[in-house]
Amino acid sequence: MANLQSDFVGIKSPNPFWLASAPPTDKEYNVRRAFEAGWGGVVWKTLGEEGPPVVNVNGPRYGAIHGADRRLLGLNNIELITDRPLEVNLQEIKSVKRDYPDRAVVVSLMVPCEEDSWKRILPLVEETGADGIELNFGCPHGMAERGMGAAVGQVPEYVEMVTRWCKATTRMPVIVKLTPNITNILNPATAAMKGGADAVSLINTINSITGVDLDVMAPMPTIDGKGTHGGYCGPAVKPIAMNMVAEIARNAETANLPMSGIGGVTTWRDAAEFMALGAGNVQVCTAAMTYGFKIVEEMISGLSQWMDEKGHTSTADFVGMATPNVTDWQYLNLNHVTKAVIDEDACIKCGRCYAACEDTSHQAIAMSEDRVFSVKDEECVACNLCVNVCPVEGCITMRTLEPGEMDERTGTPVSEEYGNWLGHPNNPSVQAAE
Amino acid sequence: MTNSPLSEGIVGGRLGPDQLADNFGDLHPRFDDHEALVAADRCYFCHDAPCMEACPTDIDIPLFIRQIATGTAEAAAKTILEQNILGGMCARVCPTETLCQEVCVREVAEGKPVEIGRLQRYATDVLMEAGVHPFERGAATGKRVAVVGAGPAGLAAAHRLAMHGHDVTVFDARPKAGGLNEFGIASYKSVDGFAAKEVDWLLQIGGITVETGKALGSGLTLEALKGDYDAVFLGIGLGGVNALGVEGEEKDGVLDAVDFIAELRQASDMADVAIGRDVVVIGGGMTAVDAAVQAKLLGALNVSLVYRRGRDRMNASVFEQDLAASKGVRIITNASPKAVIGNGAVREIEFEYTDDDLKPTGQTVRLAADQVFKAIGQTLEGADLPETERGKIKVGDTGRTSVAGVWAGGDCASGGDDLTVTAVAEGRDAAEDIHAALMA
Repeated sequence: MANLQSDFVGIKSPNPFWLASAPPTDKEYNVRRAFEAGWGGVVWKTLGEEGPPVVNVNGPRYGAIHGADRRLLGLNNIELITDRPLEVNLQEIKSVKRDYPDRAVVVSLMVPCEEDSWKRILPLVEETGADGIELNFGCPHGMAERGMGAAVGQVPEYVEMVTRWCKATTRMPVIVKLTPNITNILNPATAAMKGGADAVSLINTINSITGVDLDVMAPMPTIDGKGTHGGYCGPAVKPIAMNMVAEIARNAETANLPMSGIGGVTTWRDAAEFMALGAGNVQVCTAAMTYGFKIVEEMISGLSQWMDEKGHTSTADFVGMATPNVTDWQYLNLNHVTKAVIDEDACIKCGRCYAACEDTSHQAIAMSEDRVFSVKDEECVACNLCVNVCPVEGCITMRTLEPGEMDERTGTPVSEEYGNWLGHPNNPSVQAAE
Repeated sequence: MTNSPLSEGIVGGRLGPDQLADNFGDLHPRFDDHEALVAADRCYFCHDAPCMEACPTDIDIPLFIRQIATGTAEAAAKTILEQNILGGMCARVCPTETLCQEVCVREVAEGKPVEIGRLQRYATDVLMEAGVHPFERGAATGKRVAVVGAGPAGLAAAHRLAMHGHDVTVFDARPKAGGLNEFGIASYKSVDGFAAKEVDWLLQIGGITVETGKALGSGLTLEALKGDYDAVFLGIGLGGVNALGVEGEEKDGVLDAVDFIAELRQASDMADVAIGRDVVVIGGGMTAVDAAVQAKLLGALNVSLVYRRGRDRMNASVFEQDLAASKGVRIITNASPKAVIGNGAVREIEFEYTDDDLKPTGQTVRLAADQVFKAIGQTLEGADLPETERGKIKVGDTGRTSVAGVWAGGDCASGGDDLTVTAVAEGRDAAEDIHAALMA
């Protein structure tokens, strides 16, 4: 079985699966259960300043998007940072870390954007024996209205400034958690790096309204007739998160900035994908909140099996392996031609490929009287929609045409040359150069 | 309780009231909201869906399931009822395993179809329990149509005609409307008086008068109806029962399965229905299975269903055969009745084994029997009927008979299987044709 031992900016954990700063890591009881279940580490739910803690709403705190069979695809929350006293959290962190020295315990922090506030709290955290801190510059609701969370994360100068304060004050590794509610993730990532961050973690939750109660005409979750935007997470946000991870990984300036991948990680495969794009480890929340802590067993066994199959002996082996293949559209090979192929034996004749192609795409699927579906190569642009809507995995695949093979749609043989948009005759700048 | 399954002869109360209530409870209870959503989520919303093609009434099944999945069961019910006004009963009695569910792509893919029948029942029950009748009668046309037979075909025709604004009178020989829905279906498929409730609900459209106790040859003649009404629809079913044609058939204890089934449906207390200790049912269709299963459920000790050909030739679906087997009915195939033996009342019945071509083998077997139910098919009854073919009223695609102004549908008419759902489709389509003819 592959060794899943993880070293993330010097923080060691028996596996790369951490629980993200969120309700599952709000208190000792939960964190002990998580460690007993096998989680490699936790980022303790965000602590705030000393004094009366924040209060949460007493109506619903979550909203959700469901798929078939009420499978939870997206979760939205309007919960704030911990609503328990600072000293209680610190004492519990110390107790847990003492009992689980091999696990990673990172503490998420959010205090006002004043240097003194940060200087006050950091020694208190250090004293617990925690392995590192994560700066919560991401929470999009509630705290942002008070000038914290996303309100800091959306201003690169603030990100850099606070990161610098923290680095100057503590010996602990500093991880900066980024908000996705910006136009370009590279700006806050670069700012964190300039401020001296040891790593960034991303993404925090996305501004969202998950639903509207059509009886009371208010967004959900609804508190006494009103709702507010929350932070969206879960499987639905994974594609957005992975793109942001990849953007940082393939940007020359930030390419060596360690990342902790967050956003809809639900299975070992999700974790492997984030890591292939450059994340050193992953953080999980929604999957645990949906299924409980036991899911980490599948993550561990699945990642181990896959690593064994691929011959990876350490998680570091495959971190960033996919990054070089993330490119700009303009570099994609326009001479690469594929065609959809329907496996008639696997086909269950639902006809969704036909409806999708005929109604909304390229009229490239034929349907016979007896419901045999076949691809019209002369019409197929290889959009992949039929593959995506087919309920049977592997029933429809895309076949790559060999160089020299005729593309029935264009009537020209497939070129063996790589040719992208930059050199394409239809590109106005190419014409201008001629 | 004085009687038990072991009691000799034909007696009631072989089982206690709790056991009887349990035995005759709903075969497939209605889905609750959660079950319906889970089941609906499995539908792939196929293009030009095979299930729709397989439905004799062409219900838009993917659409109604999507409507359930999105929390609008009432809209789903309307989708169903627009095509099949008896969608509630069909949801209970349709052999879905040989119709929509047989061709469901998930049956093909996983051997586990979307439970279309139970979803249909969920939607129609939700609407009907709310007391909603989602159709309105059109402006009165002043045309009058006579419908003979208040079974599925007649009711479907009457409702569609009423919707179009015609005045409809429905005649039926029995004291209650409903036809086979009321008298001819196993009790566990239609509990709590559903058939009668459905008729009441259907009649909410208005413009329909029901006159019971009247049939062709018994208060009615086709000639008079033709004179009194602008059009006539015959949905008279098959009133006669085939005889065994064997020695001793007249002995006591030899009965028609349809009468037994009707008695069960009308019984207020199942303990009052007398059943033998050793029951033999002869036949291989739905009626035979309904009789055999219910004999067992009443507490008969031994119930044998005897069919003259192999199981693959039985008209009862595999699901029905399995249901019978699971209730403890012994299915004997390739045996034809030869003689009913007994002194006044049946004591034994002798069969001869026959091959699949019904060729006698000369080998015989005797089964102990104190009660025998005949379920070997029904026949058309009635005088002065339009032209017939193969024992049924000859009709064209839209139910037109050889007599101008007279349409027919359901079991009495040629074309289509003898299924409730087929009868509904034929009644509906004949009504549309009658409407077109009357308004031309």
